[in-house]
Amino acid sequence: MNETKAELKFDPYNLIITGVGGQGNVTASRILGKMLSKKGYFVTIGETFGASQRGGSVMSHLRISAEETYSPIILRGQGHMVVAMEPTEAIRVLADYGNMEIKVICNTRPIHPMAVVAGEQTYPSPEDIEERVNDISGQSWFINATDEAMADMKNPVYGNIMLLGAVAATGELPIEKDDFEAVISATMPADKVSLNLKAYDRGLKMLDRG
Amino acid sequence: MSIIIEPKSDERHLVMGNEAIARGALEAGVAVVAGYPGTPSSEIVESLASVSKERNLYVEWSTNEKVAMEVAAAGSFANLRSLCVLKQNGVNVASDFFLHLAGSGTRGGMVILPCEDPGALSSVNEGDSRHFSRMLEIPLLEPGDFQEAKDMTKWGFELSETLKCPVLVRSVTRLSHASGTVTFGDLPTTEQQATFKHDGFVLDPETGPVISAPVNYKHGLQQQKVQQAMEMFEASPFNTYSGPDNPELIIITSSACNLYSREAIKQLGLRDRVGILKLGTTWPLPPRLLEKHLRSTNKVLIVEEVIPFLEESVKILGMELAEEIGIKKFFGKRDGSIPSTGELNPDIIIAALCNILEIDYVGIPAEYEEKAVTHLFLGAPAREGTFCAGCPHRASFWNISLALKMDNNEGFVCGDIGCYTMAVRSAGFSTLKTLHAMGSGTGVASGFGKLGQFGMDQPVFSVCGDSTFYHAVMPALVNAVHHKSDITLVVLDNSGTAMTGFQPHPGTETDVRGEEAVQMDIESICKSIGATVFTADPFDFKTTQETLHNLMKMKGGVKVLVLRQICALSPEKKGTRWFDMSVTESKCLGESCGCNRLCTRVFSCPGLVWDPVKKVSKIDDVICIGCGVCSDVCPVGAIDKKELT
Repeated sequence: MNETKAELKFDPYNLIITGVGGQGNVTASRILGKMLSKKGYFVTIGETFGASQRGGSVMSHLRISAEETYSPIILRGQGHMVVAMEPTEAIRVLADYGNMEIKVICNTRPIHPMAVVAGEQTYPSPEDIEERVNDISGQSWFINATDEAMADMKNPVYGNIMLLGAVAATGELPIEKDDFEAVISATMPADKVSLNLKAYDRGLKMLDRG
Repeated sequence: MSIIIEPKSDERHLVMGNEAIARGALEAGVAVVAGYPGTPSSEIVESLASVSKERNLYVEWSTNEKVAMEVAAAGSFANLRSLCVLKQNGVNVASDFFLHLAGSGTRGGMVILPCEDPGALSSVNEGDSRHFSRMLEIPLLEPGDFQEAKDMTKWGFELSETLKCPVLVRSVTRLSHASGTVTFGDLPTTEQQATFKHDGFVLDPETGPVISAPVNYKHGLQQQKVQQAMEMFEASPFNTYSGPDNPELIIITSSACNLYSREAIKQLGLRDRVGILKLGTTWPLPPRLLEKHLRSTNKVLIVEEVIPFLEESVKILGMELAEEIGIKKFFGKRDGSIPSTGELNPDIIIAALCNILEIDYVGIPAEYEEKAVTHLFLGAPAREGTFCAGCPHRASFWNISLALKMDNNEGFVCGDIGCYTMAVRSAGFSTLKTLHAMGSGTGVASGFGKLGQFGMDQPVFSVCGDSTFYHAVMPALVNAVHHKSDITLVVLDNSGTAMTGFQPHPGTETDVRGEEAVQMDIESICKSIGATVFTADPFDFKTTQETLHNLMKMKGGVKVLVLRQICALSPEKKGTRWFDMSVTESKCLGESCGCNRLCTRVFSCPGLVWDPVKKVSKIDDVICIGCGVCSDVCPVGAIDKKELT
């Protein structure tokens, strides 16, 4: 049976995880979704993947409700939180789903679009990105999850788990580390569990620093 | 344990729509499953294959969708429940058999399950297979949420078995590739026995031969089944109404649009004014149910994606019933209330409701939007999709495009569907000049190759992937060889159906269940057809380009070049680095080199980036997978590769 569930800050709570194809957006959104559905919430996740994933912008829409199943697409301007695995993607999502109350957790590691790789366009500076995000959001945190993951865990994908830890640290959603551990233990090979837990803890702490 | 074989409980599981569909098939006791990979459908067959041993299923990825439907039909003819899974254009591939199957009828419950892609999020078409139900006269079911994706799939088998005809259960990207919460029912425990009875009276549907003739009789029988379905649909729990007794406006909708419509009504606070009739059974429509709801209002908005299929069906009924229920005002695609192309979302339905009911709604305040759009324009450079770092297709198209340019005779390449479709864009140096269905590159090339009598002497190439080769290229190749068409087919063999997730195909050693399969060799097949065949590694630029030049010199007949290199993301390759890559900054001449930034500007592997400060190229270690190819792109040898052991 599902547990009794706490009231959400907003019902439905609309959260978008965004990034670039291949970054692990889908896995991260499913882990977070499962943490919430285990607690008895109705969770809908809308995803873009397939041909659009190869280096293009991708996002997952999470709709979390204590009452009913919502559509896999969030209404324009109605996001409550954006988790960006790539910093400029935060701006892209805010343009469609943002508002002056929305919270943003932003990984600072850039992935250059092809036009930037080709030297035809310039990629904005970290300060520029931060300023733009802050101008169109309510609260934001910038954390260098990818580089920490590369340095400590030799795999950028743990940066995504750090971002999930950071989501928990905001206190916006009723999720605990136990929920994360339960989902990770059920979905990942046993030897990967402790590293995932370490990354999650790191993310929890990074938010305070960020 | 796979989530789709969890025992029945009250627990709500978060599952993909495709997993919900797979669970529904298991609850119905499906025994035979066949399909061809295609986004957004592939996870249904994959998840069923993953439990094929536990549930004693026969599951296969067939050579193409027509064969898949035939394989699944055999299960039905032998009294087993069977499922055929495909994407929207796959239904077209299978349609000739489908027409005859509708005529012959089925025995064990048989569900045809297309997952479609309104808005073409991962397709090169926006096909809508719903019209097959009307065209072939078979029932159509459309789940309206994740729970229904499971429940209606299960019901589809029961309905098919009652009516003895195939049933279409249609899903879309926003159900199949979305996830939602679903509760599971019981899994059956009975063992199934296959027997094909064929010696009975020729017209006996249970024991006679399974044939679509005599056509008049069988067609009449089919129409009786449609009538029977219509009666059953009148009381179906999958057709639901919510809203006031006499709404100002009624929305009639189905599929994912049900979720969008519900949300639009809620967002606008219209629950007391607008009703919503959610239909799960969309062909044939149940007339008495429609009559009841059409009678309750004067305004009707039909919300659906792609073609106005539901709209036309409702309007036909509205006209037939007009004398009793009065003339209604219809809104939908045909009057422009709902866009006629692309996928829908709750905002589009909000806009339609606001127009019809003269309501004001602001999703994003103008002041915010103005700021956000400016930041988007200045702070988020557009992101065009491209081949992955280390993708063999980038190397293959580099070779092909260079060879065609060197040849300088306006040569071109005809293509089809796969990751390599992206070669229509700069990712593949805009090499592909025609793009249509699976295998069409070679069929179209076969035609181009015969235009010499009208003075055409441009070199003609086609490309296909390894899975596509078996799917639909073989007949085109036979045609080209038979007619001595002067073409070169380049098979981009990356060892699996890479785009949809590395599904096996007739060229792989094992099948979807991991069992040993008979592996067919592309070169041998091409040789036996009568083509001249070469093989090269696209990462070896020198050999590949020499081979291409030689092929262009050989006049007459069909040449095949198999460019073989494993996909960078394949389970066998992913994470293995062959080389440590680095750029020697002192050697890279940057903008003063005559190459005009060939490596980053033209070759454009995402693992290699332009450093605007130092004005040299550099390797991005997070993205680079160490394939080593770019070291051969640099004309001054500034990109070093160090072999890793």
